[in-house]
Order: sequence, then structure tokens, then C-alpha cells
Amino acid sequence: MGGLFSEMFLGALLFGAVTAAVPLLLAGLGEQMSEKAGVLNIGIEGMMIFGAYIGFVAAFYSESLWLGFLAGAAGGIFVAAIMALLCVRLGLNQIVIGIGLTLGFEGLTALLHHFQFSRTYPRLPAAEATVVPLLADIPVLGAALFRHHLLVYLAVLLVPVMSYIYRRTQLGLNLQAAGDKPAALDVAGVDVVGTRTIAVLTTGALAGIGGAYLANVGAGIFVPFVTNGAGFLGVVLAMLARGRPLWVLLGALVFGLCLSLTTALQVAGINIPTDVIQMIPFLAVMIMLVAFGRRSSLPAALGIPYERGAR
Amino acid sequence: MSVDTASDSGALPTSRPGRGGGKLAARRLLLAVGPVLIALALAGLLLAALGVNPFEYYGFVVERGLLSPTGVQQTLTRMAPLLFLAAGLIVAFRAGVWNLGVDGQFLLGAVTAAASAPWLVTFMPVWLATVIVFVLAAAVAMLWSLVPALLKAYQGVNEIITTLMMTFLGTSLANVLVKLVFLDPGTTVPQTRTLPVADRLPRLFDTTISSGLLLGLVAIIAVHLMMTRTDFGLKLRVVGANPRAAVHAGLGVPALTIAVFALSAGLAGLAGAVDIVGVQGNVRADWNPGYGLTVIPMVFLARFNGFAAILYVLLLSVLSIGGESAARRLGVPNHFTLVLVATVLIVLAIAEWLDHRFQQARRA
Repeated sequence: MGGLFSEMFLGALLFGAVTAAVPLLLAGLGEQMSEKAGVLNIGIEGMMIFGAYIGFVAAFYSESLWLGFLAGAAGGIFVAAIMALLCVRLGLNQIVIGIGLTLGFEGLTALLHHFQFSRTYPRLPAAEATVVPLLADIPVLGAALFRHHLLVYLAVLLVPVMSYIYRRTQLGLNLQAAGDKPAALDVAGVDVVGTRTIAVLTTGALAGIGGAYLANVGAGIFVPFVTNGAGFLGVVLAMLARGRPLWVLLGALVFGLCLSLTTALQVAGINIPTDVIQMIPFLAVMIMLVAFGRRSSLPAALGIPYERGAR
Repeated sequence: MSVDTASDSGALPTSRPGRGGGKLAARRLLLAVGPVLIALALAGLLLAALGVNPFEYYGFVVERGLLSPTGVQQTLTRMAPLLFLAAGLIVAFRAGVWNLGVDGQFLLGAVTAAASAPWLVTFMPVWLATVIVFVLAAAVAMLWSLVPALLKAYQGVNEIITTLMMTFLGTSLANVLVKLVFLDPGTTVPQTRTLPVADRLPRLFDTTISSGLLLGLVAIIAVHLMMTRTDFGLKLRVVGANPRAAVHAGLGVPALTIAVFALSAGLAGLAGAVDIVGVQGNVRADWNPGYGLTVIPMVFLARFNGFAAILYVLLLSVLSIGGESAARRLGVPNHFTLVLVATVLIVLAIAEWLDHRFQQARRA
């Protein structure tokens, strides 16, 4: 019995925290872009679960995790394309379509899984880690932070990239304007619908990759409803981050730690029922929302479809 | 916004009676039934792609859910919780509050009922116990919605996210309560004590239909009348249509918002109680029927009209009872019903958009 705070427990806890944080980070960054552009993307849970399923199928048959991530992105984009067509181009209610897409793809993937895998429940082999030289040799932290799949580092790298896009590029400014004052963007000669479409499709790609990572690396298996609200947690992160990618990363790590705690406590054989442990991440969300909810600022035109000439 | 949260966007202008009432009625009928038929066809294609004969599947669902004597009685019984949930959603959506946490509120209401009913009936008349159980279930569900309500009313935090998070929490909490607090020591299956059949809601006449159905009908009609005929309902609709205008009109928006959450969650809690006291008798561990999210599309199809919602709830009830049968017999899991109702919701939104465009083109 090594006790709660043995090195091994701590290492496993931190390693799990990073693994659990990656899908949340990708979903949060994606949702952030949608929200910046004025689209409240409740369908992100559907994009994630479809990305997870397609990504799992691709990785299972091709035996390549990278093809899995690519397919996951394609799956997410597919759902996002429906959302973009209906909510951005036609201007349908984003919440209604978002609920519809989430329910529909949760049901669809569960159904497909039943017909394909419910007898075998195949697993993927453990993901190969990319070891960061030198840093990986730091006791405890090294193994926890620097022995992950390459995608993890890429996902973290996405944070400064996003910051750069929002602060320094024309596209970033356009995205912001599409969410805050779409009419002004239109007058400036930029296609509002096009800008928002880019944002939603990017969200789909990131959410899809996140879903594929969650299923293929995090769980090693696809089961129905495997994302279990990870997409919704991404929406929370985007709300709390107030447009800053770095805050999404920090929030994702906090929630990731809570999620990791649920498995680590079970593995450590702590005598608390699983249902109590499973409440930890969502409890953390509610506490964060109560504490910081007031300061979550959202773009002015969030949720409002843009129609040229409409008042 | 085509499927509008606040107003009867689907209801057509009635101020122009001269222009072909027949055509108008036909259009409304088309808008009400069309999306369902299209969704059935699309979902049928999915079944065919999975190697299941869609005609056989739908035939089986209708036979089991509507035509067979046991099936139709189960269907009508199932309507009771669904009607309460629909009533709760109508209050919220008409007032512009997106209460997506009804499933958590439902489960906690159900656990409250399952925990209190078998104990209460031991020392008081059944009718009094039933009343108290209903009050308790509603109160617990209301309490569960308090945090999202306060956050929405005073901090402006988006209730979609908070209610969803509370549902995840509520589902786990319900399990904790069943497994740790209210566990029946008499059985090996983790579940609460069972309410004896004799103490459950009486059955209607010589059938197996629970009288919960009548309670559900009363609830949804009462909600409909409250929203359309009382000044309280009008206030809620004003808040839903335009919260800023409501502030200028002198309405206490935060208090009204909290009232909406309380009503909506309370009705969801009653849905849980009516399912337990009427049908289940106990709550098993990990039981979560997930009725709430499937009722949402029906409420939209009904344009938040209580009477229309009764018909669509009947439809959902047939689909879910028939679907459960089909899951056992034809090997098509229940998830198919989820795909079907989601498709209905999306097709409905598109249909309304097309209709809107068509009307604009004609007027221009």
C-alpha cells in the first residue's frame, strides 16, 4: 500500500490529467472560435461523438492512430457542415439544431456500434508515446507530462497558434467582428456567412480530433456515449475563458485533473463509490461557474443568425 | 429564427380570414405532419442501410405500440411522465428559458418518490401519502434547479450549460442515493424498497392503464391555460419574447425567471413521481430512461401548444413502447428512437424555414 500521495499515484494522476485534458482542450479551443464568430455551438457534443466513432473505425481497420485522427476530423467536419448549412447559411435556431445534432449523432453512433462491434468490443493497442528528450527524465513530472502521444504536444502548441491568429491576423479580426458586429464586417466587404462557416468547420475538425483522441488513446475503445459530456465541458471552458486560448488550456487541465482523479481514486482502491467520484468534474464546473460565471463575457451577436439588411 | 422560443411563430396570422381557410388548414396540417413523415422516411433509409427492413420495423412498432391490447395500454401509461415533462418544457420554452436539465430533475423526483412512498404508506392513508410524495418530488426537483435559476436570474449565466451540468450531477446523485441511502436491504439487486402494487396509483377501469395518465393530461392542459389565459402566463411570455422590454414594462424579471425554473423543474419532478408511484414502484440502480431529451422535439412540433403536445406525446409513447419491443424482437436497439426524434427536430426546423421563405415570396 503506497498511500494516496506516493510517487506512482501522483505520476499516474498527472499523466491521466493530461490525457483527459486534451479532448477538452481541443473542444474548448474549437468552441471558442465558433463563439467568437457568433455561433453558439451546442452541437459540439455531436461533432465529438461522431469524430470518436469514425476515428475509432478508421484507426481500428487501418491500425494507424494518425489515420484515426484524420478520420475523426473528417467526421467532426461532416457534422459541422450540417450545422454551418442550417444555422449559418439558412439562419435556423442554433440551439434547436445543436440539440438535434447532438441527440442524433449520439443515437446514430450507438446504433452503428451495436451492429458492428457489440459482439466483439475490440480494443486498440496502447498508443505509442513520443518521449521528449531530457525533460522526460525529470522525476514524477517527466513521465507524467513528457511521455505522451505526439498529438498531445501539437494540441498544446495550438494554444499560441490560436492566440496569434486572434491577435495578429486579418482572419482573427474578421472572426471577432463576425461575433460582435456582423453588419460592420459586411459593410467592410467581408463575407460574414463565409467567416462564420470557417469558424464552425474548424470547430468540427478540432472537436472530431478531440473525440478520436478520447476514444482511441484515452479509452482505447469506442462505446456508446463515450464522450459523456466532454463537448459540453468544452462549451463551459469557452464561456469561462473569455476569448483567451491560454485560459482554455488552464481550464482544460483543471477539469482534466478532476476527470483523472475519478479513475485514479478507483485504481487506488479508495473506498468511495464510483458514482460519488464521477460527480467531481461536474461539481468543479458548477463551482467555477458560480465563482466566475458573472465575468464570462460573450460576443454581442452570439446566437443571432446574420441576415443582410435585416433589422 | 424559425423555431422560435417565445412566440407562436408556427401559428399563422389569423387576422386574414378571407384568404382560403381550407388552404390554411391544409398548410398547418402539412407543417405538423410533414416533418414526422419525412423523418420516418429518412430514418427508414438508415434502417435499410443497416440491413433491417424498415416496413417490418415500423409495422412491428405500430403493432406493439398501438394495435395490440397490452401495447396500447402500456403506451397510454407511458404518456403520464412524458406529459408532465412536456408541460414543464412548455413553461420553460415559452418563457425563453432553456431548461435542458429535465432528465436530472426527473430522476431526483423519481428517487424522492421511491424513497418516501413505501415508508409513508405504512402509517397513513394511501391518498394522503400519494399527495405528500408528489409534493416532495416536486420540491426536490425545484431545489435541484435553484443554482441554475439563481445564476441565470442574477448573473446572466447561460442556463443551457448549467442545466446540462446539473443533469450529469443529478444522474450520479440519484445513483448514490439508490445505492447508499435508500437501498432495500431485502434484495440482492441494488434498488430502493418497492411500493406494493395495491398502494400505487389506481388503474383505470378494467385496464392496466395507470390513472397517472389523467394527472398528466390535467397538468399539461392546466399549463396551457396558464400560459395563454392568465396574466401570469402573459408576463412569462413577455419575458421570453424580449427580456429587455419586460424590464421596461416593469416586470420583475429575476423573480419571474426563478418562478419559471421552479415550475419547469417541479413538473419534471412530478413526472418522476408519477412514473414511480404509477408504474415502476421502485428505482433500480443506474436506471435512467432519458425521457426528457426525446420530449423536446415533440414540444417544438406542437409549437408549445399543450393540446397539440398531447398528440405528439402519444406518438412518442407509441415509438418508445414499440421501439422497446422491437429492441428485444428485431435486435434494433432503442437508440434508433433517439435518431428518429432528432431527425424530426431538424426536419421540422428546415420545414419552417421553407414555409417562411415561401410566404415571403408570395407576399412580395
